[in-house]
Amino acid sequence: MSLSERLHPGLNLAGTDPEGHEAAEEVLFGFWIFLMSDLVLFAVLFATYAAMSVQGIADGPLPAEVFDLTAAFVETLLLLLSSFAFGFAILAMKYREDRRGVLVWLLLTGVLGAAFVAMELHDYYVMITQHAAPPQASGFLSAYYLLTGTHALHVSSGLVWMAIMSIQIAVLGFTAPVKLRLMRLALFWHMLDVVWIGIFTFVYLYGVAS
Amino acid sequence: MNWELIFGQITWDSFVFAGMIENPSLSEAIASGAGSIAVLGALATVILLTVKGWWVPLWRDWLTSVDHKKVGIMYIAIALVMFARAVIEAALMRAQQLAATEGAGFLSADHFGQLFSTHGTIMIFFVAMPFITGLMNYVMPLQIGARDVSFPLLNAISLMLTMAGAVLIMVSLVVGQFSTGGWSAYPPFTGIEFSPGEGVDYWIWAVSLGSIGSTLTGLNFAVTIYKKRCPGMTLFRMPLFTWTTLCTSILMIFAMAPLTAATVMLALDRYAGFHFFTNGDGGNMMNYANLFWLFGHPEVYILILPAFGVWSEVVATFSSKRIYGYTSLVYATMCIAVLSFAVWLHHFFTMGQSANVNAIFGIATMIIGVPTGVKVYDWLLTMVGGRIRFSTPMLFHINFLLTFILGGMTGVLLANPGVDFQVHNTLFLVAHFHNMIIPGVLFGMFAAVQFWFPKVFGFRLHEGLGRASFWCFAPGFLLAFFPLYWLGMMGATRRTYMWSNPDYVPWLALAMLGAALILAGFALMVMQIVVSVRQRAQLAAPLGDPWDGRALEWSIPSPPPAWNFAVLPEVSSQDPFYEAKKAGTAYRSPAAYEDIEVPRNTATAPLIGLFACAWAFALVWHIWWLAIASFVLIWVVVIVRSFETDTEETVPAATVKAANEAFLAAVRATPGVTRDREMTSDNRGRAIPESLEAGAGALASGAAVEVSR
Amino acid sequence: MSNRIPAERPVIEGEDEGHERRSYVIGLVLALALTTGAFAVVWLDLLSGVAALAGLGLLALIQAVVHLRYFLHIDLQRSHRDDLLLILFTVLILLIMVSGTIWILYDQHVRMMP
Repeated sequence: MSLSERLHPGLNLAGTDPEGHEAAEEVLFGFWIFLMSDLVLFAVLFATYAAMSVQGIADGPLPAEVFDLTAAFVETLLLLLSSFAFGFAILAMKYREDRRGVLVWLLLTGVLGAAFVAMELHDYYVMITQHAAPPQASGFLSAYYLLTGTHALHVSSGLVWMAIMSIQIAVLGFTAPVKLRLMRLALFWHMLDVVWIGIFTFVYLYGVAS
Repeated sequence: MNWELIFGQITWDSFVFAGMIENPSLSEAIASGAGSIAVLGALATVILLTVKGWWVPLWRDWLTSVDHKKVGIMYIAIALVMFARAVIEAALMRAQQLAATEGAGFLSADHFGQLFSTHGTIMIFFVAMPFITGLMNYVMPLQIGARDVSFPLLNAISLMLTMAGAVLIMVSLVVGQFSTGGWSAYPPFTGIEFSPGEGVDYWIWAVSLGSIGSTLTGLNFAVTIYKKRCPGMTLFRMPLFTWTTLCTSILMIFAMAPLTAATVMLALDRYAGFHFFTNGDGGNMMNYANLFWLFGHPEVYILILPAFGVWSEVVATFSSKRIYGYTSLVYATMCIAVLSFAVWLHHFFTMGQSANVNAIFGIATMIIGVPTGVKVYDWLLTMVGGRIRFSTPMLFHINFLLTFILGGMTGVLLANPGVDFQVHNTLFLVAHFHNMIIPGVLFGMFAAVQFWFPKVFGFRLHEGLGRASFWCFAPGFLLAFFPLYWLGMMGATRRTYMWSNPDYVPWLALAMLGAALILAGFALMVMQIVVSVRQRAQLAAPLGDPWDGRALEWSIPSPPPAWNFAVLPEVSSQDPFYEAKKAGTAYRSPAAYEDIEVPRNTATAPLIGLFACAWAFALVWHIWWLAIASFVLIWVVVIVRSFETDTEETVPAATVKAANEAFLAAVRATPGVTRDREMTSDNRGRAIPESLEAGAGALASGAAVEVSR
Repeated sequence: MSNRIPAERPVIEGEDEGHERRSYVIGLVLALALTTGAFAVVWLDLLSGVAALAGLGLLALIQAVVHLRYFLHIDLQRSHRDDLLLILFTVLILLIMVSGTIWILYDQHVRMMP
């Protein structure tokens, strides 16, 4: 096997850690499949939202009346930057096995991610208290909270996972399992950012534009 | 007040026995009886384990094991226990429908509703699914020459989640009531407004646990087949059962998500007042049907594809012939898998979309008949010119071909929306899907048990009793379900607990007779297993190849050692073991043995299953402290496990060598049996290949196979 | 733990830290541009109705591809094809499920009571 051979798609240890790279083949492929299954879940929630945001208004508010685009824009930036920061954590691991560097980048990723979740919770708070738009108000709002809430829940569990990975890096060092876990978390984190593209486009932007 | 904090909504009246005491009737007596059987069964198990001192072996050798073979056996054990319950429920429903013409019968409407809901839910999620999953678990890694699945611990976790769901359903016999909303649980009936009790919640959480387990299983098996095939095992050399396992796994990965979405939405409606499927406030109950069948239709093929794989193995082995049209069977499987995602609307033709939508989905549905037809022809042509032995699995196969074609025809009829409007929601539909699932999936699994049992336990099953049970099952099925086609066309609706039309009675009586025959068949099957265990000395086939098998699983001892293959095999053709036997290269000692790493046993999976079960139970009864605690505990177990670094142990090469050489020596010392003597006690599991038996073509052309290096 | 990277490891094209860093930066810049573009479309009222859906959808699609390419490192040329096929198969399933659901629900909705 040549060092550059790709054993699995996406983020790779090829070239710097042949042993880890070989071990990665099965687990990373498995994790990709998990992500795809998760993506189908999001797709179904999107489809439900697409119908309910139009057909399920009932006596509740319209999307354009409750969404705050500025907040959505800031959230988008936060998540994008945190995704970017995670990329640098992976590079620090892959090329230098630099514990301090990885932990600093992870901390930055985590803070940005936590800020994202906090802002989203604040959005919910504003919607419920100022716009009388809790999830119980209409089918549209039920679908909205489920879709964005599932995403926020994923981000939050990613944060917990990140905290545990930081401990593992500090305690166990860069053993092969730790490296592979961090790579899977990276895939998870980047994929959540991809899902968010769908949310800010079809939920927020199109919701306000239509 | 404090009571509610601790026990949630459970009260004295929640227990099934309370109904019998306060409001005695035959219906309540049956419910209490069922509850008692569940309680006594659990008690009897506990006593048996204690008296025999089996607690420690159960924990050490089974529950904490991550060996795919043991996981597989446990799956099938769950399936058989749950099958016993669900088949009795079916017989009760038949009896009620027979007794309830112009009268109330002996079951209350509510009790009848619970029976058809649990019957359907159990049969799909806790019989068919664990049965196929168990079988795939056991057989697939052996067929591809692997030592285990890719993620053994995840596999055990899937098992324990499924077990947690099954336990939850059994608990519903004793504490509280089950849903009356059928296995598909359509809202708004299952919404909080019309089903305020705990029944639907039992359904939601039991099904959710099962579906998470299945998603993880699908992921695990797909990776295993992609990544763990032995050297030389290209995709197009894989046995057909492995192919169907791959396609089923891919369906599991994608199809379970819509179900999870649907159950989560239903739960949010019920627990938190959301409006996904409610009547007013912008809810849309049609979306439930849409989501449910986005899962439900692929699910049908998740069940049938592994059975197709079993049929392919059975027909080739018992015809002593290479399967006809291997490539076409593979492509037909793929076509079915992809098409199964494009036909879900045919489950709700009558829900009010325009004719064009119905027409397109109707046509897509009919197209699925084509690849299925290809398969039927391939199986038929495999038998042509073969040396057919009418063993029990083969009898099931021939029965399958005949009845499955009839069921398929009624499927094509139903695919026509015009016809569907006439017989929608009648017993015609019930007859149709039982006609597909029983001869196809269930009998497929029974055939698989007969076929692979000697591999798993080292002795064959009693053939006479096997045939006897077949001769009850096959006519029993015809009698139980063909009258339903007729009843359906007469207008009898499904899920009806009382009739007013006396013309139904003779047909219902016939169906009842069929149900009795099916029960007799099941009793004979249980008896077959008991008798076979008693006579295991005469039936022993430890050398691993009782049927003149074709794929790699037959090349190793029965039961296989923990490491499956002493040395990973190398293959160079389809049917590698059969080719090796023909070429005389089977059973060779390998040049060298190596140490083998196997995963250590771990309590992770059973603990996760336990807490998941507690979590689901707490949610059903709104016991919030328990729900939170068990949810946290699940993740604590996962996190603690992730810090463990010493998860594997080594089997020294010397141990492997001693075991394998002893096996090979035993094989060489045993004279092979011919196919005529296959069912006699001469059959110790060394087969003379059919082609050598005839004394011709000893070294047929084509590539010889190195099973051992 | 010591650095286990062998000193004499062969240099592979595209496999050095600087190169990969550039890839992340390119991804970030493109993503920022696309995001800002999408928000600008709505803030400045450039498109509405179906045109808005199509325009925003296109921007989102491009951005998703950017993320997959530069952050997730999906690479059509060098990736393991069998694995990638299974992943791409997801796209087909997503299309069937999403478009089917929307089609069915909108078709039914026309017949609902107001």
